[in-house]
Amino acid sequence: MANWVLKGLRAGIKTSGYRSAAEAAPGLSPGQPRGTVLPSQDAAALVERCPSGAIVSCEGGVAIDQRRCVDCFRCCADVDEPAVPWRDGYEWAAYAGDAAAMRRKLDRAFGHSLHIRFLDAGACGACMSEARQLDNPYYNMHNLGFFMTPTPRNADVLLVAGPVSDAMRLSLRKTYEAMPTPKRVVAIGACAASGGVFGPSFAAGGGVGEVIPVDVVVPGCPPPPLAILHGLMVVVGRKPPSELISRPANVEANPE
Amino acid sequence: MTLSTIAESRSTNFAELCENRWKGRVTAKLDAAACHVACAPPDLPAICEWLSEEMGYAFATLIVEEESKPGWLLTYVFYKDAAAPWVYVELRLDARVATVPSISGLANGPAADWHEREAEDLFGLSFAGHPRLGEFVLHEDWPEGVAPMRHSFDARRMLDIPEAPNPAWDPPTIFSAPGSFAMPVGPVYSDFGEAAHFLLETVGEDVVRTIQRFFYKYRGVEKIAEGRPIDSVLLLAERFSGIAAFAHGLAFCQAVEAICGVEVPPRAQALRGIFAELERLRHHAATITGICNSTALVVATAQAALIEEDLIRLSCQVTRHRYLFGAVAPGGVTCDLTDTHRQHLLTEVGDIARRSDELHRMLRYSSSFLDRLEEVGIVSPDAAIAYGLVGPIARASGAMRDMRKIRPYAAYGTVDFAVPVEQEGDGYARLRVFFAEIEQSAAMLHQILTALPAGDIRARDIVVRPGAALAAVEAPSGAAFHWVRLRDDGAVARYRITPPSFTNWHGFHIATENFAFQDFPIILASFGLSNAECDR
Repeated sequence: MANWVLKGLRAGIKTSGYRSAAEAAPGLSPGQPRGTVLPSQDAAALVERCPSGAIVSCEGGVAIDQRRCVDCFRCCADVDEPAVPWRDGYEWAAYAGDAAAMRRKLDRAFGHSLHIRFLDAGACGACMSEARQLDNPYYNMHNLGFFMTPTPRNADVLLVAGPVSDAMRLSLRKTYEAMPTPKRVVAIGACAASGGVFGPSFAAGGGVGEVIPVDVVVPGCPPPPLAILHGLMVVVGRKPPSELISRPANVEANPE
Repeated sequence: MTLSTIAESRSTNFAELCENRWKGRVTAKLDAAACHVACAPPDLPAICEWLSEEMGYAFATLIVEEESKPGWLLTYVFYKDAAAPWVYVELRLDARVATVPSISGLANGPAADWHEREAEDLFGLSFAGHPRLGEFVLHEDWPEGVAPMRHSFDARRMLDIPEAPNPAWDPPTIFSAPGSFAMPVGPVYSDFGEAAHFLLETVGEDVVRTIQRFFYKYRGVEKIAEGRPIDSVLLLAERFSGIAAFAHGLAFCQAVEAICGVEVPPRAQALRGIFAELERLRHHAATITGICNSTALVVATAQAALIEEDLIRLSCQVTRHRYLFGAVAPGGVTCDLTDTHRQHLLTEVGDIARRSDELHRMLRYSSSFLDRLEEVGIVSPDAAIAYGLVGPIARASGAMRDMRKIRPYAAYGTVDFAVPVEQEGDGYARLRVFFAEIEQSAAMLHQILTALPAGDIRARDIVVRPGAALAAVEAPSGAAFHWVRLRDDGAVARYRITPPSFTNWHGFHIATENFAFQDFPIILASFGLSNAECDR
């Protein structure tokens, strides 16, 4: 056993600097498309090319509905012009509803530690893998006061991935109802936000919001661990939220 | 004689052999893909028995197709090794015939068990002689008699499924002895467990019987793929199982390429091998993390998790995506490796192999860890064969099955690698197979990366034509069979996915039965399977 202690000590501290400082190790995040100014002809071509309806035309160019983007890279890779620019980063989590109301709601009750219950509502495995990484030494969520809890009775936050398959709808509702108030729901991934590539259909719904009220959405297919961490920080008010729709104007006003 | 002509002569022999053995009852025809054996329903069980018992074939998948001219086409796919042709036993049925003889009761028939149950549930076909048909993919709330895979069913149709718990639901148990009880596990777990339900029947310490209930995550991928263009179905193929996205995307693309006669450039083939092995490395590292975690060995869990995250980041650096989404496309791959990437991969993969080796060495000398794995969760070689298990699970039970050897694709025909096999079939044998495969994958990556051919990474101007093909890919957890049929307009008419987790979950209960209750989470972790992949 002493060998393991030694091994752990020798490996050193690996925890990411993402608390106050930004973290920029390569491979942390695939990035995210952003709205951009484009001639209307190019905008129409891009809207046509997007298979998930994430690119919508707007005044002056295209906007991105981040809830629908499934990271297929067809708007930027392996094609000739025009293209949508992708931004690096991972601070993507946003309020699911009206910002002012959400801020009022979230400002109360939770300021520090959170106990989290995870629920798989038909996720493909990638979102779950990313959520699982929060426990690894790099992301070390315990260090931030975030803990997984084995029972919904102790949970403050329900972290949900997946479009909500028919067979999981009841489990999702019952888990939510078993949680004491106040409670928060964080939907992670394109499926949980909008049904993704699967729903709505006969077998799966169009996202978690159709079944229980969602507070914070973390877009991405899958969202990288730091984006999920950002979502949890938004719940406790330690980080400001991002926007669900990226418009060309937003880009000008707010480069990150 | 070249290899291909040897294979051809053997195949011709096989068609003749088959016709001679079943005189007047079958017609055997050979093409580039397989030996097609057409037969009548009453002869089906005998032919399948002959293939698996006498000829040493393994059952791969059952493909049910509802033909446009009313009627059914059932294809039972069998495979053996690199030298023998694949065999498709084909059954054409009149639309009015809704009953087929079951093959699940044969000696090696259990392999077909879940396939028949699935077909009964989703197509409304009945399998005469099957011991246990009924609720399987579609749970008890699903309206009786509605078969969603039938053409007449609209995939966009929303059914009125009751949202209250069903008070009548009473899981079947076999025990009524005093003190016996059934312990439910799932479908919601205390950590990051995937949705599935296990009912463990016990009279005290040992699990006597495990009743598994899957398809909580059924998203109807095969159904919603129908009528969509290739490009759109590729998104589904990659995303139904995110942790094996590249393998399934590749299998779908290979099926499309086989139908359309696309020649994939050598550089693209090499890159496919690189990405597939990167995925395997990451999957196995994740499985080892899970095994260490299940035995509460904290430092080992942390070290394995670091390897896993480093591999995820490496994938992101070379393909833009942490789980390799979007890297494969019909005709090749979408991202090339720069020389910097190549060098970086060489160093990093070497480093990861070294760290994995060190972890393995330390685990081998941790007796408290080994006690939880050795002689626990045993799948015997006979059971592995009977259930048709695939991948590392089968190979830990002595069944050498690997699509990279049986039907080489991508770069696997040109690289030199060994397939690790163990005989014990316990948790420790599985752990050793996972570690040994990491070593092999790293060595394979080194070979491909140092001899990367130049040239295009994607065949252009693919002419889409109608037809059907089966692709077999060795996904990280075993053989994945993808059957694609394209319509005249290039849209997908039928997409049948047989993922390795579907095949292997079927045999999982064997490993848990007659082992202690508290071993269950460890046995579960040592299988390293995905429910999303199984459920589709």
